[in-house]
Amino acid sequence: MSKVHVSTSINGDAVEFLCEPHQSLLEVLREDLNMTGTKEGCATGDCGACSVLVNGRLVCSCLMLGVEAEGVELTTIEGIAGEGGLHVLQQKFLEHAALQCGICTPGFIVAAKALLDKNPDPDETTIRYWLAGNLCRCTGYDKIVRAVQDAAQELAYEA
Amino acid sequence: MGAYAYLAPSNVSEALAALQREADAGNRTQMLAGGTDVLVQMRSVDRGERTFVDVKHVEEANHLDIGDDEIFIGAAIASAILFENEELKGILPGLLESSDLIGSTQIQGRATIGGNLCNSSPAGDTIPALIACGAICVIASPGGNREVAVEDFVTGVGTNVLSATEFLIGFRVPRPQGKSSSAYLRFIPRTEMDIAVAGAGVALTLDDSGTCTAAKVSIGAVAPTALVVPDAAAALVGSKVDDAALAAAADACSVAASPITDKRGTVEYRRKVVGVLCKRAAGIARDRAAAL
Repeated sequence: MSKVHVSTSINGDAVEFLCEPHQSLLEVLREDLNMTGTKEGCATGDCGACSVLVNGRLVCSCLMLGVEAEGVELTTIEGIAGEGGLHVLQQKFLEHAALQCGICTPGFIVAAKALLDKNPDPDETTIRYWLAGNLCRCTGYDKIVRAVQDAAQELAYEA
Repeated sequence: MGAYAYLAPSNVSEALAALQREADAGNRTQMLAGGTDVLVQMRSVDRGERTFVDVKHVEEANHLDIGDDEIFIGAAIASAILFENEELKGILPGLLESSDLIGSTQIQGRATIGGNLCNSSPAGDTIPALIACGAICVIASPGGNREVAVEDFVTGVGTNVLSATEFLIGFRVPRPQGKSSSAYLRFIPRTEMDIAVAGAGVALTLDDSGTCTAAKVSIGAVAPTALVVPDAAAALVGSKVDDAALAAAADACSVAASPITDKRGTVEYRRKVVGVLCKRAAGIARDRAAAL
């Protein structure tokens, strides 16, 4: 079985790696590139813990092959915080205690960022449907939704 | 046996050549679109080694062409991209709402209508919607393209007419003319992220007086493959799509259904619900057509 050479971009950096043709992008990120911020929950596309952005579009990295990353621009949770510190979403998740165990949190942050990039002023229903593919077994979701609403408001002030 | 491999052909002829080459070498091939079914199945029910042939880079499978008479939808276009196309949403609302129902935001970013059809699940949401709007599969084949109506594409649970050296390029859909519209509804116990217990797709045309002049009804998740229900369409045609016609169409769907009992619903329940879904979907399609 021969490995495939892949050239991609992760959080703005050019990255090259070798992977097996059937390895998921999630496995490549965590096991080969040591980018363990992206979490494995179900590995069947149900829980959203492994959410990343591919050319700006939200996807489950467990449902994408590593080889499919050739030539694309990936954004992972490691690329969300800026030079100056935490992203507003990350700050708001802390302030609202929108996490307990934390396994789902990177996926929620990446998914919520994709939402706010597309729709800076989402209502609660929009947020809940957008995040329906991210499962959290701790918080009951209310705190997460409030954190996203608060982040949207703060980003609107900054803009 | 072979090993895992990955190929990303850039056009139909390269893809056909790749499929043929792999077949000649005795390797199993697997067309890959969004991968949202393929990768899950690869890790659970069937871990067999195979060569993935990625259709997402095939130029022809990425075409979207909205013509005056016909619409072409490439098999590799992600559901989220289709749903962002407001023009297409207005023309084929039933098809687009059926694909938008599938999975989460994350799944929408990858999953395709073509993949949903080729997965050939009895509960595939886009299949009744495709059938209702008269979609025809354009299949790349070693001897040239061939065409198969969507209702003739799926042959059983998880099986279809494609051979190992063929793949789906996309769909030709006649563009609805005049006061024509469509709708798709499914029932699931939750509000999101579930598999249809039953589904119904309806497309219809009204004349200026509001009388239905043409209709097509298809139901899903109530038989091994999605079914066309000519009796339901016949109940709508010639009527004002009023309560009596809707009730007759609903009954026709309940009679046509041949469901199984499983964890998602019983035979009796599915028969009943598929009629209700047909009635409601036809009402929505009627209102949409009347508003044109």
